[in-house]
Amino acid sequence: MDSVASLQLVIPEIVLSLAGLALLLVAAWAGDKASRAISVAACVALGAAFFLVAPSVCAGAAGPDTSAFFGQFRADAFAGFAKLMIFAASGAVLVIAPTYFERLGAMRAEFPVLVLFAALGMSVMVSATDLMTLYIGLELNSLSAYVLAAFLRSDSRSAEAGLKYFVLGALASGILLFGMSLTYGFAGTTSFAGIRASLDGGLSMGALFGLVFVLAGLAFKISAVPFHMWTPDVYEGAPTPVTAFFASAPKVAALALTARVSLDAFGTEVDAWRQIVIFAALASIVVGALGAIGQSNIKRLLAYSSINNVGFILIGLACATQAGASAMLVYLAIYVAMTIGSFVAVLMLKDENGAPLEAISDLAGLSRTRPALAWALMALMFSLAGIPPLFGFWGKFVVFQAAVEADLIVLAAIGIAASVIGAFYYIKIVKVMFFDEPAGTAHGKSDWAHWVLLAICAAAVSPLGYLLNQVLGSLADGAAATLFLTA
Amino acid sequence: MGGFPILSVLLLVPMAGAIACLFSPANTARQIALAATLINFALSIMLWAQFDIGGPQWQFTERAEVFAGFSYALGIDGIALLLIVLSTFLMPICILASQSIEKRVGEYMAAFLFMETLMIGVFAAQDIFLFYIMFEAGLIPMYLIIGVWGGADRIYASYKFFLYTLLGSVLMLIAMLWMVNEAGTTDIPTLMAYDFPAGAQTWLWLAFFASFAVKMPMWPVHTWLPDAHVQAPTAGSVILAGVLLKMGGYGFIRFSLPMFPEASAQFAWLVYALSMIAVVATSLIALVQHDMKKLIAYSSVAHMAIVTVGLFAFNVQGLEGGMMVMLGHGLVSGALFLCVGVIYDRLHTREIERYGGLSINMPHYALFFMLFTMASVGLPGTSNFVGEFLALAGIYQVSTWVTLVCTTGIILGAAYMLYLYARVAFGVQKHPDAAAMPDLNVREYVMLAPLAAAVLWMGVYPESFLAPMRADIRALEARLARAAPEGDSHLTAGRPAAAAAAAAAHEGEH
Repeated sequence: MDSVASLQLVIPEIVLSLAGLALLLVAAWAGDKASRAISVAACVALGAAFFLVAPSVCAGAAGPDTSAFFGQFRADAFAGFAKLMIFAASGAVLVIAPTYFERLGAMRAEFPVLVLFAALGMSVMVSATDLMTLYIGLELNSLSAYVLAAFLRSDSRSAEAGLKYFVLGALASGILLFGMSLTYGFAGTTSFAGIRASLDGGLSMGALFGLVFVLAGLAFKISAVPFHMWTPDVYEGAPTPVTAFFASAPKVAALALTARVSLDAFGTEVDAWRQIVIFAALASIVVGALGAIGQSNIKRLLAYSSINNVGFILIGLACATQAGASAMLVYLAIYVAMTIGSFVAVLMLKDENGAPLEAISDLAGLSRTRPALAWALMALMFSLAGIPPLFGFWGKFVVFQAAVEADLIVLAAIGIAASVIGAFYYIKIVKVMFFDEPAGTAHGKSDWAHWVLLAICAAAVSPLGYLLNQVLGSLADGAAATLFLTA
Repeated sequence: MGGFPILSVLLLVPMAGAIACLFSPANTARQIALAATLINFALSIMLWAQFDIGGPQWQFTERAEVFAGFSYALGIDGIALLLIVLSTFLMPICILASQSIEKRVGEYMAAFLFMETLMIGVFAAQDIFLFYIMFEAGLIPMYLIIGVWGGADRIYASYKFFLYTLLGSVLMLIAMLWMVNEAGTTDIPTLMAYDFPAGAQTWLWLAFFASFAVKMPMWPVHTWLPDAHVQAPTAGSVILAGVLLKMGGYGFIRFSLPMFPEASAQFAWLVYALSMIAVVATSLIALVQHDMKKLIAYSSVAHMAIVTVGLFAFNVQGLEGGMMVMLGHGLVSGALFLCVGVIYDRLHTREIERYGGLSINMPHYALFFMLFTMASVGLPGTSNFVGEFLALAGIYQVSTWVTLVCTTGIILGAAYMLYLYARVAFGVQKHPDAAAMPDLNVREYVMLAPLAAAVLWMGVYPESFLAPMRADIRALEARLARAAPEGDSHLTAGRPAAAAAAAAAHEGEH
């Protein structure tokens, strides 16, 4: 494996890092007044990376040709699929962020640069086939994320969110590092392929502890129960565009990473981690659903909703089959559309002064004051609840199908029954918007960029989405297959 | 089946109408909705006319592989045909009954038209997942109809409706996934002929039962129904009672019975027990209601119990009777809710006490109400008589005790319906405001007259309705024959032997 070939495989990452560095210089020289231009340039860079990755996904790139830097990095279709979602979500966040920050006078030129670096970190995460690469990607993403959470420096809630995220994130990184070091100690290597080979004979107690700690660290990143405590606070405190970012792209990256670690590095030890994943899945579904019921802030509610959704995605992982991995990817793709759409809709809620509204009671009677927004949000809510004919149903469908095929029928039955609890608070939002008298607080017009994004997301979750499921399914199948080729 | 995809058009017309209604002002939306539902009714009459009785079991089949994981496959047999015709027949009447809606008319009509698409989709789906999607999607428009346009307690009722039915249905999805994984196909006709292992059938049957029993609804999971009925607007109640409840019965006929014959026989006692309790208990509850809609809602539960015992009688009479009760009840309960709606529009109360002596000032209304009351009681010559008689004749062959208990339902039904009618239409005019109500107007005539005609038609000449489904019922009975329980009534045919002997003797003389 010569370095030219390796470099060719990381062209999307090189584009992102060069763009990030160049834009950082522009930001330093031109200052905050150039922030819109920098946002546009960052979007272009993400778009370029998107189209550089796309061919490998369509072709189902797999095998040793996709491995770069002596097995530390793998640009296969699985990573590519996750990268497409990450880049798309990051780009969407860059589109919605400037309006929000400019009203507060807080738009800094660093914002798009930080998003770019976070996207780069995530891109490295999903391609990591070595514990070292994994950690570098994870930290690059996390450090950018801590700053993003605290981006509204003058707002104490945002500062609190940043600090909370940082302290707990650092703790989780420590747990992850501890697990990695144990794994390294007992496997004698940091590469996934090496770990897999050395664990094949059986799992020693030390390696098992390593596995548990690695999964615990990753569970923090995907905010799976019982490592979810930070999520509502950070989601509520962080600026809304940043929350939209946290709920979408890093979730994709961390879940894809978790899938690769579990199925590749620990792929021969399915019985060892399956029970952990099953517990985390069911606990996330139930806690996410129950926790959301009492919420009065829509961002907190969406935080619990994301915990709930992670639970369903983990059911796909618990299958430990190719169909399960494919179902995870399909679910993630739909989840990203639903999440971005919901947060865009939340961003479009403003009072007459243009100040953002976050209380669920502010949604009251929205169907009469702003019908288009209310209908789009209703579609997103029913979709998140997994009610057909909205496309969110399809995500749950493929996950449960994979679980049934993997003979995890009890898990599927409990999971789907618990999804009814979640339906309660989603239909509560619909009730507030459609059944209640208008609160009269939501006013104003939204700019076209928000409408376009919302329309795209709403169309994707509408029944029209089913027309995509053939394409989505075959791409996800191809991507998931590459994960099992390494076995 | 010709090039004209009539089932797709049936789905498409209300869908297009719904989208148009969303963007239309009130009066235009009313007209669009009426036009769309009438077109659909005309199309379904065409469907009925073109249906080849005695032809292939599945007709008007369409198939398009536009989705991954399931296919867009439509097709109907006689059973589905009649339920589709029932739906499209009730829809224009519902739209007419909704003229008193003033609030957000466009959205209201859109919700109803969307509902129509989904109802037809449920009955026409030939792919098990397409069925599930249509079946579950119906929750959304109904939730909105109850919640936005319902009565005072509408929010509680809409939550209860939504969550109750959703919880009932989700396990069915897991069962469907298992079945498809086992049988390797999502095609309903193929699955209907597939023999699942008897051990698995038990679980699958229970998962399906949870869904259909809630939808039906069977005692004790019927409690969402009175709330939903009472709070829903009139047209919502009509659709709920007329068509949505039939989805449960359709589910039993299409899925539970043919796909799991052994489990159906194994659990027949459960169905009988719940049905017997339902017939007696909900009839008694209906007897003490003060709210007209609630009374009719409880009577629906009792009638649906007759359907379930009929279906689980495992013989032709029972199955035909179950279907006929479903069709008859769809017409009659819909008509009764319309009758309630007519006087509710005038006096804005459903309290039985607030009316009285309506036959004096509203003679035409009293006549229609009388007809539908008698039909609900099961008077010979009306639709429900045929169905109830057949269903009870069917179950008699299996269990005389079940028949005995269920037959009390007819007596109790007569009690609560006649008591209701006496309090509303007869007696003295206690309340001056009720006495001042005008009789039916033209619109209400147009709503009630077709229903009255259909009720009488079904009662006097049921053959029109029995003929299309006869072959399908026979096929179902043949499928069930291997598991059918042995009856306790030991029926023996009469004594044709004497006649035969006489004939033989007669022959011998020559």
